[in-house]
Amino acid sequence: MSTKSTIERTRDVHEDTGAPINIGHLRRARRERILSWVMPITLLFVAICLWEFLVRYHEIPKYLIPAPSLIAETLVRDFASLMASSWFTVKLTFLSLALAIVGGVMLGALFALSRPVELSLFPFAVILQVTPVVAIAPLILIYVDSTFAALLICAWIVAFFPILTSTVVGLRSADQNLRDLFTMYRATTWQRLRYLLAPSALPYFMAALRVAGGLALIGAVVAEFVAGTAGQHTGLASRIIESSFRSEIPRMFAALFLVSLLGIVIFLLTSWASHRVLGHWHESEIRREH
Amino acid sequence: MTGDPIITMDRVSKEFGDVLAVDDMSLGIREGEFVTLLGPSGCGKSTALKMIAGILPLTAGEITISPPKGDAEHDLGFVFQEPTLKPWATVFDNVYLPLRLAGVGRGDGEPRVREALKEVGLSRFARSYPRQLSGGMKMRVSIARALVSRPRILLMDEPFAALDEMTRSKLNDDLVQLSDDHGLTVVFVTHSVFESVYLSTRVVVMAARPGRLVADMPLDAPWPRSEDYRTSIEFADETRRISETLKGTLHVDEIDH
Repeated sequence: MSTKSTIERTRDVHEDTGAPINIGHLRRARRERILSWVMPITLLFVAICLWEFLVRYHEIPKYLIPAPSLIAETLVRDFASLMASSWFTVKLTFLSLALAIVGGVMLGALFALSRPVELSLFPFAVILQVTPVVAIAPLILIYVDSTFAALLICAWIVAFFPILTSTVVGLRSADQNLRDLFTMYRATTWQRLRYLLAPSALPYFMAALRVAGGLALIGAVVAEFVAGTAGQHTGLASRIIESSFRSEIPRMFAALFLVSLLGIVIFLLTSWASHRVLGHWHESEIRREH
Repeated sequence: MTGDPIITMDRVSKEFGDVLAVDDMSLGIREGEFVTLLGPSGCGKSTALKMIAGILPLTAGEITISPPKGDAEHDLGFVFQEPTLKPWATVFDNVYLPLRLAGVGRGDGEPRVREALKEVGLSRFARSYPRQLSGGMKMRVSIARALVSRPRILLMDEPFAALDEMTRSKLNDDLVQLSDDHGLTVVFVTHSVFESVYLSTRVVVMAARPGRLVADMPLDAPWPRSEDYRTSIEFADETRRISETLKGTLHVDEIDH
């Protein structure tokens, strides 16, 4: 940012807007940002060291709790197989999330535009949502030939619902006076959707996306657990089951680590996307300025 | 200053459920007039304004707006009590909205948006977002948006009610100046007697339950008015005259003690 002043609370002017900005405040914000990364990483590092120490000190057998170093070793040794599995899970998760977004937004838009459509279809969406995916998965695996497609459907069911409901609520949240203004200017349905309803729905959609991202991964892993014995599968969940059967606990931890890592990446990606889209205007993404 | 009737309300009524918001209202507004609809809350003044804007459908009667000039995309500009800006869009994009909806390209629209922003004194803030502006500045953006499509008629629904007194009188002066410059016909809704007397060439007093027109009072003081008018004897007299009329329309239980 600016380096020309070293005195805290010096007032400067934003180059685009002419609005005064507080340098002291900016510096505090940056410090907070750095801390928000440094603190958890340090704590994690300490915890791993402690784990390593305790396992070695008490000589805990590796089939009970493997040391972090052994898990890392396993990660490197089984790199090829674990990466292939990871890729499978990544594909499944992101594809189901993408389909959930497309389906949720399209159906949501339809619901928001037409009350009869919503009234007739919404109960089915609710049924789909409230029935645990673990319970439906075996049926889907029977009816759908391709295992990948079956897993995709399961993950989609889980991720789809929050996107749908948030889109419906979001599209209905537009300011009434702005709606009136669009009416007065004789806006077409498309203009209304593009310039008013869609932007109004964005904060709701972005919140749903963060939830759906996590749910897509959960759906993908859970469905694979259910599919466990049903033919072709190479996702991370299968690695975990397989390791469990063979009592290869370090490998199980390695796969678990990769699943968590994927979850974290999805969380960071969706948070980043939300900040990109809403950061310049929406209350939820604006840092307090006073 | 006055010419042909530009807005004609002919026996207009509006019902919300079983509430009669506007009852049998007839009013003709001539080109160049600055008309205030004055009355207590619930008298249907905002409803009448929204019906003129085409935002609310009428229950009975007819509203005619005389044939538009060839080059006007829209006859009307509307300013709400709240600034009613899109928070996700810059000041520029907010003002550009009416042109965008009328199919004017960004290239053709840009000089007009710049000019409208200049008129309200916000040229420097084209790239700001609404949240970065004060209440008065947001209101100016809202006025720039209403004027950018070069309407003949400006409709304003208690636009300055939420602003502090100083900002309010400054905006009042600027508004009179703008409407004079553009030869606008203005319909201005307010519950402030002072505002109505200072701003308008004609005050239409309305009463509640049911919402109806009770008095149509032209103001003779020269228009546009200067700052001095606010402290003149004429201003005080007109204010008293209109206040008396307004008080006569109130139900006893409507007066705040």
